[in-house]
Amino acid sequence: MTEDWQNGGFGLYIHWPFCQAKCPYCDFNSHVTASIDQSRWCDAYLAEIDRYSARTGDRILDSVFFGGGTPSLMNPDVVAAILERVRRSWRIANDFEVTLEANPTSVEASRFRGYRDAGVTRVSMGIQALDDQSLRGLGRLHTAAEARQAFDVARSTFDRVSFDMIYARQSQTLAQWQAELREALSMAIDHLSLYQLTIEPGTAFGDRYAKGGLRGLPDEDLGADLYEATQETCDQAGMPAYEVSNHARPGSESRHNLIYWRYGDYIGIGPGAHGRLTEAGVKHATEAVRQPGAWLDGLGQQTHETLETISGAEQAQEMLMMGLRLDEGVSTGRYQTLSGEPLDERALTSLEDFGLIERTDERLRVTRQGRPLLNAVLRELLGA
Amino acid sequence: MTELAYIRNFSIVAHIDHGKSTLADRLIQLTGTVAERDMKDQLLDAMDIERERGITIKANTVRIEYPAKDGNTYVLNLIDTPGHVDFSYEVSRSMQAVEGSLLVVDATQGVEAQTLANVYTAIDADHEIVPVLNKVDLPAADCARVREQIEDVIGIEADNAVEISAKTGIGIPDVLEAIVQRLPPPQEGDRNAPLKAMLVDSKYDPYLGVVVIVRVIDGVLRKGQRIRMMKSGGTYDIDRVGIYRPAMENVDELGPGEIGYITAQIKQVRDTRVGDTITTEKSPTPKALPGFKPSVPVVFCGLFPVDTNDFEDMRDAIEKLALNDASFTFEMETSAALGFGFRCGFLGLLHLEVIRDRLEREYNIELITTAPSVVFKVHTRDGAVMDLHNPADMPDPGLVERVEEPRIKATILVPDEYLGDVLKLCQERRGIQEDLTYAGSRAMVVYDLPLAEVVFDFYDRLKSVTKGYASFDYYILGYREDNLVRMSILVNDEPVDALAMMVHRDRAEMRGRAMCEKLKELIPRHMFKIPIQAAIGGRVIARETLSAMRKDVTAKCYGGDATRKRKLLEKQKAGKKKMRQFGKVEIPQEAFINALKMDS
Repeated sequence: MTEDWQNGGFGLYIHWPFCQAKCPYCDFNSHVTASIDQSRWCDAYLAEIDRYSARTGDRILDSVFFGGGTPSLMNPDVVAAILERVRRSWRIANDFEVTLEANPTSVEASRFRGYRDAGVTRVSMGIQALDDQSLRGLGRLHTAAEARQAFDVARSTFDRVSFDMIYARQSQTLAQWQAELREALSMAIDHLSLYQLTIEPGTAFGDRYAKGGLRGLPDEDLGADLYEATQETCDQAGMPAYEVSNHARPGSESRHNLIYWRYGDYIGIGPGAHGRLTEAGVKHATEAVRQPGAWLDGLGQQTHETLETISGAEQAQEMLMMGLRLDEGVSTGRYQTLSGEPLDERALTSLEDFGLIERTDERLRVTRQGRPLLNAVLRELLGA
Repeated sequence: MTELAYIRNFSIVAHIDHGKSTLADRLIQLTGTVAERDMKDQLLDAMDIERERGITIKANTVRIEYPAKDGNTYVLNLIDTPGHVDFSYEVSRSMQAVEGSLLVVDATQGVEAQTLANVYTAIDADHEIVPVLNKVDLPAADCARVREQIEDVIGIEADNAVEISAKTGIGIPDVLEAIVQRLPPPQEGDRNAPLKAMLVDSKYDPYLGVVVIVRVIDGVLRKGQRIRMMKSGGTYDIDRVGIYRPAMENVDELGPGEIGYITAQIKQVRDTRVGDTITTEKSPTPKALPGFKPSVPVVFCGLFPVDTNDFEDMRDAIEKLALNDASFTFEMETSAALGFGFRCGFLGLLHLEVIRDRLEREYNIELITTAPSVVFKVHTRDGAVMDLHNPADMPDPGLVERVEEPRIKATILVPDEYLGDVLKLCQERRGIQEDLTYAGSRAMVVYDLPLAEVVFDFYDRLKSVTKGYASFDYYILGYREDNLVRMSILVNDEPVDALAMMVHRDRAEMRGRAMCEKLKELIPRHMFKIPIQAAIGGRVIARETLSAMRKDVTAKCYGGDATRKRKLLEKQKAGKKKMRQFGKVEIPQEAFINALKMDS
């Protein structure tokens, strides 16, 4: 019998929690520290891999993702040791993907070859903007020129390279963004992540915003116009959105992220890492201790990570929340199997009338028009 | 049992914050009525809300024994009356039970509107009045000026005003002497005549039932007597007779001139009528006291539980509050916007706030309050007259011949630099100026105003345009016709009953526009555009359009976000209880609450 997670695949996420500097918009679990004992971290990751593989060793692993923090601060030999252990622990899929997030600086570019030799197949670079003033505003440590150089190194080193951009920045006009985006598309090989700047509580931007600072952020209407323009420009460049904020040439989608959006199983290793793991027919959410020191010290102890059982109805919700982000949408049959109930027909009909969703055969997808309203669509579908 | 000559019954009249409660505390303290270790501020204010807001809601009484300089010990009975305009009718009733008043005026502030209103009530009750200047220790005190003001504005002699500081205790012994020397003892009282006692006020006590404050005129009140309330007709057996010091203390009897309390297994405050004559069933007094009209609610609003599941709890709470407050009325109301709730009537805005606060705090029920309204008299074409308590009940305009509204006479005292703003405010509120005089650097303006315009936020506006320096009091003049219409608010073409209001035709466009603009800000965008309209009958007088929602999507959502996102959704599901459905439109309750906080 196939289990539900197999609809999404099986991946491994490794969280490297350190950065050289904390970016003011970032609410990820990242920390700045003077010295890092890389070999101790390496041992910890290996121990965690062993712990998980003992329970899932019969599975085929589709992907590994090094996220952070800034994983391009890892020594290539640490990455190599981890991937070596991974290959010994699981059978590896034919199209096995190993992604590493990297900052676009010359120092990091100098390690790219080492990562490739260790087995990394894809890098995802945090370029964020293509002019120095905006980069400074975002608290980035690199310049635009440096980013382009690092990107060129990446292109000549890896088969697959993606980079991130942040738009809907302070005082950014529609025309400015379109020009910047075209420039980015001219660089991009196969994959691009385009995020509208979001002000999160608990970040430096969040504090400034709460105090009335950070003026000139776009309102809802300009935000919508920026999003729409982004879709058009990317479509014309042959890089359509396959997910809300992710664009790729067909076939170059991030396999790892597709596991999340297709609601597969994934192991999360590292401080604050989340996982979803089905064992004996029960799906659990795992979440590791967030503080890097506590994570290292607590290794092997009960309190090291929390475990929450996700009920069928909750799985159905999560599957829908994640899956409707994708252009391909979700299977309505899969939803019903998980939830035990079909989706609310009245909500579906009303959303169809507004042109926000489409149903074809067994699938439900959010239309181009509905995508910028996805949260509202989800609230409607899930009765919230 | 005290001889009449050694009894002094009095009240204290003052504007809010001029030091009435502090003076009462000092009198109690100096005479050793309360042990030092039991002293706390505002002893007589029993409820938290009273103490917190510095207002008195119910009449309270305390017996003080004072050994005077003449060598005799006097019994002083203080009745502490509510000072606020909402309760002025209660004040006038309590005043009938005593023979004199201390008029407390803040020597740094001078005479204020409430000073005036309350002192005139005391004068009407034939009180002897002793002026007391408080806060004389403060540098800003100007006793000479305030004396002059008392003489000019109120018209009573103030030469021998007692100068005190209730806070520091300066002059308190002089106040006690003045009470004994200058206030009269009870004028009549025959211990052997049939019982005649006045029902001063009553309050509900969860352990004792209704506790009735009484003033004995003739005869004696004793435990075990079977008494009759002459107006309401109820008969009861007295099971407790006592006095407040200010804690309750049982005594054997209360004789002529004395003030105290009785309990008699009375179930609710509604069964007692303030001003009623209490006599014995066996040998009733031949002549009852004149009695009073019951007070009538003048301000109405809807109170609804935020959580519709709280309705039954709210009903219980309201019934319990009503046990102690006969002046507040309620009846069930249903609203498409707000669900089940109550239409409640109050003596005024403060009374409304006090009841609402008590429901929320003592009974833990979160409430939505609809815009306060007054009782309109609607004359229909068929000759009938209806009392309109709720704008939602307004008949079709075609059936209405004319509408009358209550008008008040408002007295406002204000430093002259703010006079212009006060006049502007009164004009905006459809006021008619009746008088404008000066007392020193303060102006006294008298306006004839529609009560409906005052119950919104007049007092708040007055305070803000005068930086808190104006004082305000009013009484109701009666009903007068005006061009009054019901304005409905439509959201996506559906009328929202809770937002309907009665407005003057000339002000309707402005009010309608303000409400539509406000709602446009408050209602979240939907997937479709929503017209928001104000209308009179079928005619739209103001319109705004809320554009359709254009963007609501989370930019980043990866493996680590699934839990957070699901929990957020669950929270939103719970929050949906606080949404109200109007056709296809969902309006958060917050939006109602904020829309009903009136515009300026």
